[in-house]
Amino acid sequence: MIEPRSGAPGTIDREIPSSLNQLYQEVILDHYRKPRNKGQLDEATHAITMNNPLCGDVIELMLRVEEGRIAEARFLGRGCSISLASASMLTGRVLGKSLDQALELSGKFTHLLHGDEALLSDDDLGDLRTLAGVSKFPVRIKCALLAWNCLEELGDGTDEERGSA
Amino acid sequence: MAETAGMTDTKRATGVLASSGHPEAADRRDAGEASADGAWDLAEIRAQFPVLSREVNGHPLAYLDNAASSQQPLRVLNRVERYLRQQHANVHRGVHQLSAEATAAYEGARHAVASHAGTTDPAEIVFTRGTTEAVNLVASSWGDAFIGAGDEIVLTKMEHHSNLVPWQLLAGRTGCVLRFVDVTPGGRLDLDDFDRLLGKRTRLVACTHVSNSLGTVNPVREIVDRAHAAGALTLIDGAQAAPHMLTDVAKTGCDFYAFSSHKMCGPTGVGALWARRELLEEMPPYQGGGEMISDVKLEGSSWARVPHKFEAGTPNISGVVGFGEAARFLADLGSEAIASHEDALKCAALDRLGEIEGLRLYGPREERTAVFSFTYGDIHPHDLSTILDQRGIAIRAGHHCNQPLMDHYGLSATARASFYFYNSPREIDVLCDGLALAAEVFGGLA
Repeated sequence: MIEPRSGAPGTIDREIPSSLNQLYQEVILDHYRKPRNKGQLDEATHAITMNNPLCGDVIELMLRVEEGRIAEARFLGRGCSISLASASMLTGRVLGKSLDQALELSGKFTHLLHGDEALLSDDDLGDLRTLAGVSKFPVRIKCALLAWNCLEELGDGTDEERGSA
Repeated sequence: MAETAGMTDTKRATGVLASSGHPEAADRRDAGEASADGAWDLAEIRAQFPVLSREVNGHPLAYLDNAASSQQPLRVLNRVERYLRQQHANVHRGVHQLSAEATAAYEGARHAVASHAGTTDPAEIVFTRGTTEAVNLVASSWGDAFIGAGDEIVLTKMEHHSNLVPWQLLAGRTGCVLRFVDVTPGGRLDLDDFDRLLGKRTRLVACTHVSNSLGTVNPVREIVDRAHAAGALTLIDGAQAAPHMLTDVAKTGCDFYAFSSHKMCGPTGVGALWARRELLEEMPPYQGGGEMISDVKLEGSSWARVPHKFEAGTPNISGVVGFGEAARFLADLGSEAIASHEDALKCAALDRLGEIEGLRLYGPREERTAVFSFTYGDIHPHDLSTILDQRGIAIRAGHHCNQPLMDHYGLSATARASFYFYNSPREIDVLCDGLALAAEVFGGLA
């Protein structure tokens, strides 16, 4: 009942759509395959695990805050390239910031994902700007924000401070 | 199953479907018009599904997410529209013409769905919001009445959350114990586990007919027999089976069978519980309200006869009408013809996907449906899905409401392509080509 296959694979258009090229930039794939600061942070002062129950992605974000500044940030977890690259970049960009400053960065990053192109020239965002392509894929915004949701929860209060939860 | 129409009937049915304005009249047409060649005219079948001709992201839609929800044919859409435009009223209440027509349409659907389930007694069909509510109905009504602390319910590690969480809730209410049959590395139930787990305290075995993520077709009759031998009742989750095969509940021998409309060409928000009549009669109501009563006094009430005892409140009438039409539609296509086309798609897809380097397919090769869970190199299923979507290909990515099974395989997610009878061999090529694109976007696989 199955017709013979028509045409070998490869006869169909192989050109990568530009939206995909913008979404999956090399920098992002690099952070996905070689995540920075991935691992346990035993001296963490703040830690929280959040998941995305719809897709199964899980991120644990751990911070060591000293004298009001983030001295170290690591993460553990599993997820897609967007969520892991975003987590990896987060751990680099928040270093040296106070929690309030980190939350401010989180706010800017969220706006960037919602298409605020003015932020493309904001150096504070650094590599995170390569994730601007996510704005063209609204269902993936939640992937990019998972690690940042952890940060927001940690910055929200002291509830999740390690030992006090 | 009485309704195995076969390929000759199929041609007749698809011919009829093309002029789908009066489905009831079409139903009455006899098989004398059958075409001798009996070919499965895929183009004609696809033309019955308006959505299949649309484009997504500049490419023809390749809808491969049928295990999540199937599309609806014109015949169902038209029947629902006719009900809404011409026949809507509340059912079982009025004496006026519209109420009579609505009631006839509603109860007519019950007959069609009963026929699909393979029962001759429509009163054994209770309409629900879907498979999930059907399982919850049994867990609440039968479970609360007949299950106590220390009683045991045997489930499997293959269950959809909808055939797991209701039992966890019951265990929380009653103190009953849940036990789980293991899944083999090859994606089958470990049948020996049933013998290990079934015991004197086992009251129920609740098991899926077809795995929603692995596609495994479980040997339901054998499982039911083992459960009965241990004195336990059986509930079969038929959500992934009912779309592909006419379910002869008598042949499975089970006691409860749950399935959904929206996975078998019908509307969402409606499904059915089949149960043996004597069980339904001894079970207390699930919800209270209108429709389900016989006599109401301030001091107490008595219940309507089955199945109405379990259908409190105004039901999803248009949904049920569409569900019934979907059951007739499938019956006219013929389960043998559906199975034959799906089997050919399944074999072709297994071959093609099996050729792709870096692609790991989960589930068995035999005794399975055309549902394919896979991983592809280190490309996360969400990323695959996004990339395929740019080619108009709809697949599911995630845990498929199957988290314990994913944990069993050490996975957090898979990509899942699920085919239905209206899918074409060309769509297998499109999928394979989309995967090649994904590898290119990721600069190769790691």
